[in-house]
Amino acid sequence: MSAEHVAVAAERRWAYIVGGTIAVLVLMMIVTGIHWASMPPSRVETIDPRTLHVSGEFVESNLGTTLTPDGKAMVRLIAQQYSFEPQCIVVPAAMPVTFRGTATDVVHGFIVGTTNANVMLIPGFVATFTTTFHTAGEQLMPCHEYCGTGHEAMWARVQVIPRDEFLSRARNGERLSCVRR
Amino acid sequence: MFVARKLVLAHFWVAFVAFGAAIVLGEWQMFVRSPLAQWVNNPEHYYRSVTGHGVVMGYVMPTLVAMGFGYALTELSLKQALIGLRWAWAGFWLVVIGTVTAATPIALGQASVLYTFYPPMIANVFFYLGIVLVVVGSWFWVALMSINLHAWKKAHPGETVPLAMFGNVAGAYLWVWTSVGAATEVLVLILPVALGLKDTIDAGLARVFFSWTLHAIVYFWLMPAYIAFYTIVPRAIGGRLYSDTMGRVAFVLFLVFSMPIGIHHLFADPQVGAGFKFVHATLTAMVSVPTLLTVFTIVASVEIAARLRGGKGALGWVKALPWDEPFMLAVTFAFVMLGFGGAGGLVNMSYQLNETIHNTQWVTGHFHLIFAGAIVIMYFVVAYDLWPQLTRCAPLPRGLMRVQLWLWFVGMMVLTMPWHWVGLLGMPRRMAYYDYTHPALQPQAWTVVASTFGGLALVVSAFLFIYILATAKRGAADPGEYRFSVPLHLPVRAPALLNGFALWVAMMIGLTITNYGFPIVQLATLPDTSVPAIRIGDR
Ligand SMILES: [Cu+2]
Repeated sequence: MSAEHVAVAAERRWAYIVGGTIAVLVLMMIVTGIHWASMPPSRVETIDPRTLHVSGEFVESNLGTTLTPDGKAMVRLIAQQYSFEPQCIVVPAAMPVTFRGTATDVVHGFIVGTTNANVMLIPGFVATFTTTFHTAGEQLMPCHEYCGTGHEAMWARVQVIPRDEFLSRARNGERLSCVRR
Repeated sequence: MFVARKLVLAHFWVAFVAFGAAIVLGEWQMFVRSPLAQWVNNPEHYYRSVTGHGVVMGYVMPTLVAMGFGYALTELSLKQALIGLRWAWAGFWLVVIGTVTAATPIALGQASVLYTFYPPMIANVFFYLGIVLVVVGSWFWVALMSINLHAWKKAHPGETVPLAMFGNVAGAYLWVWTSVGAATEVLVLILPVALGLKDTIDAGLARVFFSWTLHAIVYFWLMPAYIAFYTIVPRAIGGRLYSDTMGRVAFVLFLVFSMPIGIHHLFADPQVGAGFKFVHATLTAMVSVPTLLTVFTIVASVEIAARLRGGKGALGWVKALPWDEPFMLAVTFAFVMLGFGGAGGLVNMSYQLNETIHNTQWVTGHFHLIFAGAIVIMYFVVAYDLWPQLTRCAPLPRGLMRVQLWLWFVGMMVLTMPWHWVGLLGMPRRMAYYDYTHPALQPQAWTVVASTFGGLALVVSAFLFIYILATAKRGAADPGEYRFSVPLHLPVRAPALLNGFALWVAMMIGLTITNYGFPIVQLATLPDTSVPAIRIGDR
């Protein structure tokens, strides 16, 4: 009988440890979610990939980086087999950058170098997320979702430039670009 | 007795031969993308190979192992002849025909959509029909497991269902509900397009349906391994099972919690809102509970074995364990890989940390550790353990078994640890090759070389495994009666709730519907989300 007591007590201790671990993990997700506003892309916004090129937010003349009237950096891009448009993106360091992107054909996605900028681009939907780049420099931006036989060749670049340089270059209202022409 | 012997052998042989072929494809992929080889001339061959590797390793091999093991468990644990032997053979042939039907367009390059399908890419229709046949064949098994359990219960009123059969039927019910997600995706969304009846498809909705299957399928793969942890390992190393009840609790918790969590695969997707992503993240944390309970129970069982062998002290008993026993090695390796893989999984499921590694090589490292590592090494153990029963062979060579298991463990660590590392550096997965001349990628080249050598060890280990089974001397010995682990406390009286599945199946279905119902209805009713299909092999 006492052996069984020991066993039951050991089992119970372990159950508390397990329950506590899970509770801490969930709590961490809640706290970091609220406190740092670190959130995955979260709104369900649709778009017709057949008319992207013709009109609306993602026409060619609207892609790239701009400074919005309220002083925020906004990047609009599209992915298609097997390139991003634009192929080189300029973003400021040390200020929030909002990305809006979608795919024109199949599923794509991208990650920017070693940063946390990481999203899926699903045809029919607009992906939106905001992130901050901490250090200036050039990063690679591969398509990280299999999108066909040219998938491995689908790499763009991201130039993170100092905040002041970005603000002075963006002031004349133009789209910023680093695409080699 | 044991009328299903040939049936089980047929399942295992098809599973392991397919596994041998698919592992060669996997190693070839690592080799061509490493700096050791010229880049593949045609990247399409690479994606063809990934599709073949994934379909066999993800669908064909584990399904056949679970089915074959399930038939064996039915007879061995219930001690009654398998009911529905003909139906079982029919299910087996459906799986085989389905495998060939799916493999043909893959080999011809008409189905390079990888094993997760990727709508709006659409493969040759026979690829999907083949996979449907594999799944339907496995549903025969699910029905038979349920029928056999109920026949036994009728003949043994008030008795406790043996733990092995309890886990087996839990796995069957888990699978049938798990497969509903991908089955719906294929039947409702993909097949009409693949047949040419439609030319648009809702890619976002299809991904949500697939996510229903995508995570829970891992728990279906895992069930045979867990059944082996609880009912084979303690006996094989001369110990006792610490708690029979804990096994039952773990199995039913998998039923309840493995389904409603798949949206954590879609954290970076735009078509699911933040709320449901969070709910699925929380429930993913819950599904680690049955694994943590199992780790505790099995370690306790192993400790009992050590103390029975004279082990003393708080940690000194570890020395007393039978370390030359292959089964002891296997369970140790499985737990080490489960530990690393599980820690990686906690990162994947975290709402925030996932952003760092989503769709990088990290993910490949994580699921290879869990599935190809912890789970497949237990499949080896299951085959080694059942082989004398199935073939009446002489005892298998223990030295070779040890070498085979060591190679698998070392190979898997060498394969996956570099993947985790470069995943943190942002290396994307599913690439036919990398341009190592780029200064940002050049420092990562060594990791791919390392993984190639890890893969080589795995190939050698896999072939050694097949060699050990193939050269067993059939009919050379009488294995005697098969025994499962004996629990520490006898007799086992499971509470009624842990002797049946009614409540747990109801919870499984209810939780899935609450967690998937809204996102699915929302997406299905959104206007204009269908996008043009892109057919593979057209261009
Ligand atoms: Cu792409």
